[in-house]
Amino acid sequence: MTHEPIALRATGITKSFGPVRALRGVELELRSGEVTALMGENGAGKSTLLKILNGDFRPDDGVLSIDGVPTVFGDPADSRAAGLRVIAQEPEIIAAVSVAENIFVGSLGSVAYNRKALLRRTRDELKRWGFDRTIRAEALGSELSPAQRQIVEIMRAVVSKPRIICFDEPTSSLGDDEVTLLFALIRQLQAEGIAVAYVSHRMGEIFKLADRITVLRDGSFVGTQLVAETNHDELVRMMVGRDLSQFFHREPAPLGKTVLELRNVGNQYVDGIDLTVRAGEVVGVAGLVGAGRSELMKTIAGDYQVATGEIVVDDHVWRIRQPADSIRAGIGFAPEERKAEALLLQRSVRDNAALVVLRSLSRWIFVSSRAERALAKTYIDRLRIRTPSAEQMVGNLSGGNQQKVVLARWLATTPKVLLLDEPTRGIDVGAKSEIYAIIDELAHQGVAVIVVSSELPEVLGVSDRIYVMAAGRISGELTRSEASEERILALAMDEDVAA
Amino acid sequence: MNTVSRKDTPVLSAQTDTRPPAPKEPEVERVSAFRRVITTVGVQNISLIFAIVLVVAIIGIQNPLFFTVPNLKVIGTAIAIVGLLAVVQTIVIILGALDISVGSIAGLASVTSAMIFTSTSSAAMGVLGAVAIGVVCGLVNGCIIVFGRVNPVIATLATLAAFKGIAQLISDGRAQGYTGADPFFVFLARGTLLGVPTLILVLVLVAVLAHVVLRYTTIGRNIYAVGGNNIASRLGGININRYIIGVYMVTGAVAAIAGILITARTGSGQPISGSEGLELQAITAAALGGAALKGGKGAIAGTILAVILLGVLTNGMTLLGVNTFWQNVAQGTLLVVAVVIQQLRSGERRIGIPG
Repeated sequence: MTHEPIALRATGITKSFGPVRALRGVELELRSGEVTALMGENGAGKSTLLKILNGDFRPDDGVLSIDGVPTVFGDPADSRAAGLRVIAQEPEIIAAVSVAENIFVGSLGSVAYNRKALLRRTRDELKRWGFDRTIRAEALGSELSPAQRQIVEIMRAVVSKPRIICFDEPTSSLGDDEVTLLFALIRQLQAEGIAVAYVSHRMGEIFKLADRITVLRDGSFVGTQLVAETNHDELVRMMVGRDLSQFFHREPAPLGKTVLELRNVGNQYVDGIDLTVRAGEVVGVAGLVGAGRSELMKTIAGDYQVATGEIVVDDHVWRIRQPADSIRAGIGFAPEERKAEALLLQRSVRDNAALVVLRSLSRWIFVSSRAERALAKTYIDRLRIRTPSAEQMVGNLSGGNQQKVVLARWLATTPKVLLLDEPTRGIDVGAKSEIYAIIDELAHQGVAVIVVSSELPEVLGVSDRIYVMAAGRISGELTRSEASEERILALAMDEDVAA
Repeated sequence: MNTVSRKDTPVLSAQTDTRPPAPKEPEVERVSAFRRVITTVGVQNISLIFAIVLVVAIIGIQNPLFFTVPNLKVIGTAIAIVGLLAVVQTIVIILGALDISVGSIAGLASVTSAMIFTSTSSAAMGVLGAVAIGVVCGLVNGCIIVFGRVNPVIATLATLAAFKGIAQLISDGRAQGYTGADPFFVFLARGTLLGVPTLILVLVLVAVLAHVVLRYTTIGRNIYAVGGNNIASRLGGININRYIIGVYMVTGAVAAIAGILITARTGSGQPISGSEGLELQAITAAALGGAALKGGKGAIAGTILAVILLGVLTNGMTLLGVNTFWQNVAQGTLLVVAVVIQQLRSGERRIGIPG
């Protein structure tokens, strides 16, 4: 098995986005007729690596060879021409045309368009790969379930007869039956000598499918193991094994009474959430991408409706139907997508900081620019926002300072509860530790803080208590002393809950 | 000689006199006065002023009639009506929307003001009735957008046709009533106050009001916020629906005032002539003045300067005997050039990093 020819070899792949090093010196080998699993936590660099293979990004450094010939992919078309297909996790499906046209999109122009022939060919292909009962060739893109959309995306790849196929968590939207079919398809690809890369968090799948496992951690290459020579525990160790001492550790603040309580809260995104946060407590929420963490935050913040259960702030049940209600209840929310969901990029630091408290800075409807400037100055000093002046356009600030502006906006409301979704994402190390210090200070002032983070060391370093989510539910709760990366990861990958 | 441009100057200085930024950093080392003027007035506005001066100079050299007081009054009154629509259109655009139906609302208001006046012989009733109808039209637009979840362009494209149709139905497609003998309508059309034509005063009043609201009030700031980032605004507790409906209602009211001015100028209610096509001129002026169609950006000062530039250009070309068809081409070219320059200057951001 180890003597299969190497179809793709990536060596020393390095890629940075601004100050953020996404990949450094990553190695990957995909062999014809083998399945190589790619593993790592959120943010380990798997997606970036796949995007490089797909030609979306060019690596800053490193060599990509196909059959031993070094290649550079300028765009996805180059990657496809080289016989490589990356299957997207959230495929683009054209709503108004049939499955057949969706599968052959892009190659329709090359043959005289004959709908009948196209449908026949599609049926043949669906049958060949075992999906003829799962999906109809005539069905419109708009009628497809997430699982069927994923299958269309997979079919797009296999009908183009590539030599290398990369799957990015293909089973996350599939049911058990489709997973079985997918595994059969992968076996068939393997038998035809195609090299397969398979990204997944699910250990069970990986031990069933893969021949080799490559592990990434924090953008670096950890190692490649033959499946036969490794086990679950070793893989978890490879994924998390990190020196924790360099990360922030805070002294817990004295805890007050329970400020925020969720009782059996559910809606279309989350289910049966019971959660409490006390004054002065920092509660971490961990989980894999898609576990429903951001959705839970948006539900508490009033952006998503609560369908069942209730939200209690300060012993008072609040009917939160829109963000304004949660603000009134004393909840502040810094969303994950800073630029898209929090900032007015074209407006000044002053404008952004004053957004929520504008009314209180005004006499009747007239905004007091003096009060506003005073507010901006207070928080520029207190949070050490590095900006030439309060009038600076927020779009021109660095990510860390932008995040501080968002924090300033909510601190100005003197919140009882602060929800921080990925507060340090895309921020350089220096600004990160400043954000941690701010969180710590807030806790000592008696604010109840929830921190959602995909970075386990961050969750462990900053939290007094941790909830782990999987598939829209809370799969476990860990105290500071119980918590470890291994335990969090085990709860996050809890396949019983996920299924 | 310079009377009208003097009259215009206070408008501009009122708009560009941005007090808050001036004392922002007293301790900062002395920037050159030139720099300071540029940052206060804004590069956008400076280029518009420069363009106006250029056009005025070229036309004035070629035809001395241009600088006569009557001609400047012609320009002033010609831009008053489109100016009103451009001012409210700017607010709608800053909110991140668009209102194509303003011309039709003006036509409907023109007809109804004349008809109500004719049947009640009260100018006040005519004016109030027309404004009320404008507000209702705006409410309809706002409700279609908010509750029907329809894109603003499509919603107002539909009401553009519908309101125009209603105006034609109630007027039987003809000019209605005669307001030419009523002192109030005559005052609106040809009167002056302290030597300034009433039409221009109405525009100045509405523009100053809009400027103050946008710049100095919570309402204005929230309009910029909603247009700049509606998700952030919603998460920040702003009731976006209320702002959309409110802005469209105000727009309807101001469009109705424009319609009343059309009635006053022509002496009768006009269902279509005089108002058709104004919506596009209003959007042109707003875009030329620096309002970004994606919302969150724009100012009344820029729009007013653009209205003046377009008015001067049209008047000058007419004086120079340029074919009307070429005038349209010139306007279009001006807009394209201006917007392309804006885009290049703003330096559209590079492709972002992955989410």
